[in-house]
Amino acid sequence: MSLSGLFLISFLLVHLGVNITMIWSKDLFNAASHFMETNWIIQSMQWILAIGFIVHIVYGIILTIQNRRARGVQYAVKKGGSAPLSSRTMIHSGILILLFILLHLRDFLVPMKLGLVDDNYELVAAKFSNPVFVIIYIVAFILLGLHLSHGFQSAFQSSGAAHSKYTPIIKGLGKAYFLLMSLGFTAIAVVMYFRSLT
Amino acid sequence: MKLTLKIWRQKDEHSKGKFESYQLDEVSPNSSFLEMLDQLNERLINDKKEPVVFDHDCREGICGTCSLYINGQPHGPDRGVTTCQLHMRRFKDGDTIHIEPWRAKSFPVIKDLMVDRSAFDRIMSAGGFISVNTSGNTQDANNIPINKEDADKAFDAAACIGCGACVAACKNASAMLFVSAKVSQFALLPQGQPESKQRALNMVRQHDKEGFGNCSNTGACEAECPKEISLENIARLNREYIGASLTTDA
Repeated sequence: MSLSGLFLISFLLVHLGVNITMIWSKDLFNAASHFMETNWIIQSMQWILAIGFIVHIVYGIILTIQNRRARGVQYAVKKGGSAPLSSRTMIHSGILILLFILLHLRDFLVPMKLGLVDDNYELVAAKFSNPVFVIIYIVAFILLGLHLSHGFQSAFQSSGAAHSKYTPIIKGLGKAYFLLMSLGFTAIAVVMYFRSLT
Repeated sequence: MKLTLKIWRQKDEHSKGKFESYQLDEVSPNSSFLEMLDQLNERLINDKKEPVVFDHDCREGICGTCSLYINGQPHGPDRGVTTCQLHMRRFKDGDTIHIEPWRAKSFPVIKDLMVDRSAFDRIMSAGGFISVNTSGNTQDANNIPINKEDADKAFDAAACIGCGACVAACKNASAMLFVSAKVSQFALLPQGQPESKQRALNMVRQHDKEGFGNCSNTGACEAECPKEISLENIARLNREYIGASLTTDA
């Protein structure tokens, strides 16, 4: 879980890096996305990325089933709060994010891969002119933030990286990272929506 | 104090259990939680009814025998104490208190509130020991210099009393905090080194074989542990386990 998670965490950083360019310039974004579509390293990484997603999802589901079985009879009274909400709801946020990813692939990756799009920027601009679409995306970014807020530091703990000197830094980086992802992607969605109004 | 107790009653492992309600009218706020249950049991015995079965032994927080999931928390609402150290002044007059056994597939109910925790004994047998020659010329442990920080951490890990609150608290019924404490107390000391690789591998293997869940780092175990065993131990166990997996022969 932790290795595939860390891999996906690094992917998201690249994804945000490319997308954020559309806030400044249409040409810059189109150039960046053209590079992503034509560079052979990026193109071959796509397959590894797909495997990363599948491993993370399948393994997550298997672990959840094992963990549910380990409890057996449920408690009648359970006082939550001894563990943060994000850590207790990883499977729920994960499944919702998976649904979002399927929607996201249908909206962008499929038309781009089939060569139905001449101008990637115009495709994004058209999609984000719909307020319902923007709201769905923002909800997904909040869920992504929730998932990452536990996932980032948990990945380090699982790989054994815990130390009184470095754990606070890792936790701080985790907070900065999930806020950057949630706010960064949300900012793009909001900017593109308001741009469509003018 | 007047209290309403909702206590899980179950005849044996294979019977279906259910909650039964009991009223207690004269509970001293100074009595311990177990003394309050003793009071109930005396009344039940006088009334020729079956007393409530629950685990207890030292009643001073060091043996790890008492358990009980009280109002949704292992060992009740206080932090860093076992059920025997919990006092009735922590509750209010007129309160309803739910009492359940530890719930985990690997801790089957023996009767009422008592569960079978022998899975922990089997995990210990798999590697929670050091082999020492006791022929009469055993070296004094204090002859080996150990840095203070490691000695303190090993001692903190060794404070684990194996009560199973970590399993009870964990949403995955994982016993990783227990295993990590038992691995850490040896991993930090020179005496634990000769068997360190096999220890980590065998104890985790036995943990999984017993049917405990996987650690997802929620931290509920650390929060509910009566001995406040740190999550840092789980990271150490993970390091030991990963290192041992990569370097031992097939």
